[in-house]
Amino acid sequence: MLEMILFASIKVVVVVAAVLTGCAYSTLLERKVVGHMQHRMGPNTAGPYGLLTPLADGLKLIFKEEIKPANIEPITYMLAPMISFVPAILTFAVIPFGKDNTFFGHDFTLVLSDLNVGVLFVFAVTSLGIYGIVLAGWSSGSKYSIMGAVRSSAQMISYEVGYGLSIVGVLIIANTLSLRELVELQMLPLWGTVSFLPNWFIFSQPLGFILFLTCAIAETNRAPFDMPEAESELVAGYHTEYSSMKFSMFFIAEYANMIAVSAVGATIFLGGWHGPFLDTMPMLSVLYFVLKVFCFMFFYIWLRATFPRFRYDQLMAFGWKVLFPLALLNTIVTAFFVIL
Amino acid sequence: MSNVSKTVTLNMGPQHPSTHGVLRVVLELDGETVVKAEPVLGYLHTGIEKTMEDKLYYKAIPCTDRMDYLAPMSNNLGFCLAVEKLMEIDIPEKVQWVRVCLAELTRINSHLVWLGTHALDLGAMSMLLYAFRDRESIMDMYEAVGGQRMMTTYIRIGGLAQDIPKDFDKGIRKVIKTIKAGLVDYETLLTNNEIFINRTKGVGVLSAEEAINLSLSGPLLRGSGVNQDLRKANPYSSYEKFDFEVPLGKNGDAYDRYLIRIEEIKQSMRIMEQALDGMPEGPYRAHVPGIVLPPKEDILYKMESMIFHFKIITEGFKTPVGAVYQAIESGKGEIGFFISADGTNKPHRVRVRPPSFINLAALPKMCEGNMFADVVCAIGSIDIVLGEVDR
Repeated sequence: MLEMILFASIKVVVVVAAVLTGCAYSTLLERKVVGHMQHRMGPNTAGPYGLLTPLADGLKLIFKEEIKPANIEPITYMLAPMISFVPAILTFAVIPFGKDNTFFGHDFTLVLSDLNVGVLFVFAVTSLGIYGIVLAGWSSGSKYSIMGAVRSSAQMISYEVGYGLSIVGVLIIANTLSLRELVELQMLPLWGTVSFLPNWFIFSQPLGFILFLTCAIAETNRAPFDMPEAESELVAGYHTEYSSMKFSMFFIAEYANMIAVSAVGATIFLGGWHGPFLDTMPMLSVLYFVLKVFCFMFFYIWLRATFPRFRYDQLMAFGWKVLFPLALLNTIVTAFFVIL
Repeated sequence: MSNVSKTVTLNMGPQHPSTHGVLRVVLELDGETVVKAEPVLGYLHTGIEKTMEDKLYYKAIPCTDRMDYLAPMSNNLGFCLAVEKLMEIDIPEKVQWVRVCLAELTRINSHLVWLGTHALDLGAMSMLLYAFRDRESIMDMYEAVGGQRMMTTYIRIGGLAQDIPKDFDKGIRKVIKTIKAGLVDYETLLTNNEIFINRTKGVGVLSAEEAINLSLSGPLLRGSGVNQDLRKANPYSSYEKFDFEVPLGKNGDAYDRYLIRIEEIKQSMRIMEQALDGMPEGPYRAHVPGIVLPPKEDILYKMESMIFHFKIITEGFKTPVGAVYQAIESGKGEIGFFISADGTNKPHRVRVRPPSFINLAALPKMCEGNMFADVVCAIGSIDIVLGEVDR
């Protein structure tokens, strides 16, 4: 019993630490990648290749003076960053990030909690993040903030629908809600017949994958759907009035969310930690998982460097008139084939 | 509930990431729709016009650089042409051709900065850096001719500050090559980009009649389909000898203005190539003793030249009594200089017709009834430089 608790605690600490480090380094990754796409170097002064930049950023933000506007709602103002931060981290509780193996003679599962309704949990928790944004906008007492918050809630609620529907196709095929079982299903040969390809759901659900990808960007408020913080109009949207560590909480939450949806996407569509040579070296699975998440992250950053931003009404129209019907169609067609 | 106001007043600027400096717009919003937009100016007032009244004609030229700091050469040119008109100086042909070449270079410079910042306002951040990357070659060219990257003061009364460098031709052709390569990037990223078209098409629409009534000029006017370009309509500095087209828009929206500016960059390159191909030989300053500075080489060896140089630098030259107005087509529109001369060595009054300021008057018309996000697009599509708006 004690061992179990100890193991679980170690896993929790390691995963949270890894996610936070991941967040910190995705900021560096973003700045570096975007920098090179724009013919500049990106940060390169702190440490070799700027590798210490996230650390320097973090230290700077902690020591910054905290400016509080006069007309805030103090308690909500303080709680909002935490409310948006915690759900972002919570997602990782159910994501399997490696193949099970034995460790000093004990069975060791590389997932914090193997919920049998993992997918539902993920979607429930991701939706909670919106509370942080709405409360932040409302409690800041600034018009820019409230506009950012209103836009954000409308956007996230609208895209939640497409986001959820986009994976229903996969769920119909897989007939399970457990992320672990989803990964195991994807290790089989493709459609049970093609032996050289794995049964990754991206092959059977290409449209679902594209829809998921698009909605996930909107869910995480990234460019070109970064409406809530559209800096050219709303200064910084819901976190305009935040400074110091509270500001960076929002920042970390955004990146944690990005990593979270990337991880969910990798697990549902790209076979999670699945890859070749896992029988001989099971620890490779963690590497595969990280690589797949990295691909998603890179794709996000790439988009940001390329596209202009949607306008608010166009964004809503796109969500309801394009993505939603397509997702619905995808679901119906999949269901039809499964019944056949 | 009837006494509760349905609109929200939002103050945008003067410190705001996308008001291009210190423009302040007071917006009245009904949800996301703009009911009323009112630009508030004066945050960058530097009293340039007043300063020019207290300077010799020569020494007023640097003031013009600092108005539209993205188009120094065309401002210099406008002011110098006005003074030359007042003094009735004939300009050597070579000087005119070099001036045309540099004015077009400046137009590209101005348009590139506009392109980068406008795209950035719409969220396409890479465009800014691509545009600035290519603008760097123009800055290098400025430095090669005038010794300065931004405030060149290269065009002087009666000629140029110094002769063009030996590799002027090579340098300009290199710039043209860079910009041509860059244009491919810009057009790939924006021209057929669905999001960009959605953001700009039908935004900030001005009909031809409205544009004329607001006395707009430049790409804003031509975007509404009015064929008015001073280079064609009222040629100066021998523009009549160059073959180029004036692009016109149909719908008068932000997308048309984008297309026009891109096309103007191409046309400017055409003019520059023609100027280089047919560049005449000759002196770089007119020979008008007592008014135009003699060439530096002469000052060292000729007595009269040295005396004239001394006199012009210390006390300037006396002008006839009168008033002149000279306008040129800068990248942003018609920039005009009105000089009222009272016969002394300093202008009695200099009044600038700034294209940015007058074009900005169209902002309320472009915004009202549109979405909040379109305000940013509208401001961007006007292409303002606050230094010129407030002067």
